[in-house]
Amino acid sequence: MYSKAYGIAFWGILRREAQRFIHQRSRFFSALIRPLLWLLVFAAGFRSVLGIAILPPYETYITYEQYITPGLMAMIVLFNGMQSSLSMVYDREMGSMRVLLMSPMSRGFLLLAKVLASALVALPQIYVFLVVAWFLGIEVEWLGYIFIMPVLLLTGVMIASLGLILASLIKQLENFAGVMNFVVFPMFFMSSALYPLWRMREANEWLYWVCAYNPFTHAVELIRFALYSKMNWQAFWIVICVCGVLCLTAVICFDPQRGLMRRQMKP
Amino acid sequence: MILNVEKVSFSYPTRLVLSDISLTLQSGGFYCLLGPNGAGKSTLFALLNRFYPLQKGLIELAGQPLKQASSGILQQIGMVFQQSTLDLDLTIYDNLRYHCALQGMPAKLAKQRIAEQLHRFDLAEHEYHSVRKLNGGHRRRVELARALLHKPTLLLMDEPTVGLDRNSSADLIAYVRQLCEQEHVTVLWATHLLEEVAPTDEVIVLYQGQILAQAKAQVLAQQSGSGLLVDHYMSLTGGEYV
Repeated sequence: MYSKAYGIAFWGILRREAQRFIHQRSRFFSALIRPLLWLLVFAAGFRSVLGIAILPPYETYITYEQYITPGLMAMIVLFNGMQSSLSMVYDREMGSMRVLLMSPMSRGFLLLAKVLASALVALPQIYVFLVVAWFLGIEVEWLGYIFIMPVLLLTGVMIASLGLILASLIKQLENFAGVMNFVVFPMFFMSSALYPLWRMREANEWLYWVCAYNPFTHAVELIRFALYSKMNWQAFWIVICVCGVLCLTAVICFDPQRGLMRRQMKP
Repeated sequence: MILNVEKVSFSYPTRLVLSDISLTLQSGGFYCLLGPNGAGKSTLFALLNRFYPLQKGLIELAGQPLKQASSGILQQIGMVFQQSTLDLDLTIYDNLRYHCALQGMPAKLAKQRIAEQLHRFDLAEHEYHSVRKLNGGHRRRVELARALLHKPTLLLMDEPTVGLDRNSSADLIAYVRQLCEQEHVTVLWATHLLEEVAPTDEVIVLYQGQILAQAKAQVLAQQSGSGLLVDHYMSLTGGEYV
C-alpha cells in the first residue's frame, strides 16, 4: 500500500465520522447544550460561593465563568471521545466494524485514523461553544483561538484512545452506562475543570492527589494555558506521554475479533 | 488455483469448529459451501478474511500464504456478510464511497467504479437514498456492489439470501452467477439451502467442522440411488437435513 492510499483511507474515515455526526443532530445539540448549561446555570450559582485567586495563566482576578471555560471545552472533548467509543461498540455489535477490517490497510493505521478522526470531529463543536461563550462575555485573545487547536487535537486523541480501550473491554452495548459512572464522571469531577487544585487541597488532601495524578487535569490545564496563548510545558509532556501510552495500548488491546467470536459462539 | 486450504483446524475456547479441513478453488468457478447452521462456514470465512488468526494448517490465496502476506492481500477478496454491514444512516453512494476510501482508491476512479456498479445492479436511481429506506433485496444488492468495487478475484458470500424473499433470492443468485461467467470472479457461496445449488455448481459439504465431499452437484446427486442431491446430502450427514 502506498502512502497516497493511506491518505485516501484516512480522509474516508474522517468523512464518515463527520457524516455520522451531521446525521445525528441531537448529538451536536447535546454536545453544545451540556457545557452551556454548566456555564449559564452552574457557574452562575457558584460564582458567589467560589472565589478564584490569581493563579497562572491568569494575571488578574477572573470570574468563575472564565475559569471553567477551558474545563468545559475539555468536557466537550471527553464526551465526544466517549460517544465515538460508544459508536465503535455499536459498529462492532452491528457488524459494520468488519467493513473497516476488510480494508487492506494495516489495522494499527485504521484504528489510529479512527481516533484522530474522532478528535477532529470535536473541534467544530468547541469553536461553536466558544462563539456562544463570547456572546456571554467570555472573551479570549484571538491568538488563543489558534493556539488551542493543536492542544485540543492532542487531548482529543488521548481521550479517543481511552475510548478505544474501553470499547475493547465493553462486552455489550448495554454495559456502556457503566463507563459514564466509572470513567467519565470521575475523570471530569476529579480534575481542575471545575475547581482549582488548591481548593481541592483545602477540602481534602488525598482527593487533591487523585486530581493531580488525573491526566485529564493536565489536559484541562494545557487547554487553559493555550487559551491565553501560553504554554504549560509540564502539562504538555504529561499529556503527550499519556497520549502515546494510550494510543499504543489501544492498538495492541483492540481486538474486534473478540466481539465477532462471541457472536459466532452463541448457539 | 485461487484458494488453497490445507488441513485447517480452528477452535473457540470451548469447542473445535473446524477440523483438518482441506479444499481448493479454481479461478472463475462458482462454489457452494453447503452445511447447516453451526457447521463452521462463517468461521472459515472469518479465517479467510483474517478476522481470526490461523491456528493450524495453511491457507494460500493466489499462491501466497495468507498468514505471512501483508494486509494488502485482502484486496483480492470481496465479502458479503450474513448480517447487513451497511451504515443505515448514510446514502448508498456514501456507503460505497467509504468502502472505496478504505481500499485506498482515488476519488476519480471511485466515482467511476461506483457509477458502474450502481448501473449494473439497477441502483442508480437510489444512489442518494438513505440505506434505511431500502428493502432487504436492494440492501443485499448494495452489499454485493460494494464487495465488487475493488474488483476482487475471490468473492465470499456468507448466507447472502438470509432474510430475503424468494424473488429477491433468485435475483441475487442470478446476478452472482452472471458475474462469475462474465468476469471470471471465483465465488464461494455459503448456504444451508439446497435449492440454491445448481447442477453444474461445485459443492463443498461442510458438516460439524469437517468437509464430507467436494464435487459437482450433479455428480453428488448421481451417487445417491434417487439421483437427488438432497438424498446424497442426507446420507453424508446421517439423515440431518440443512
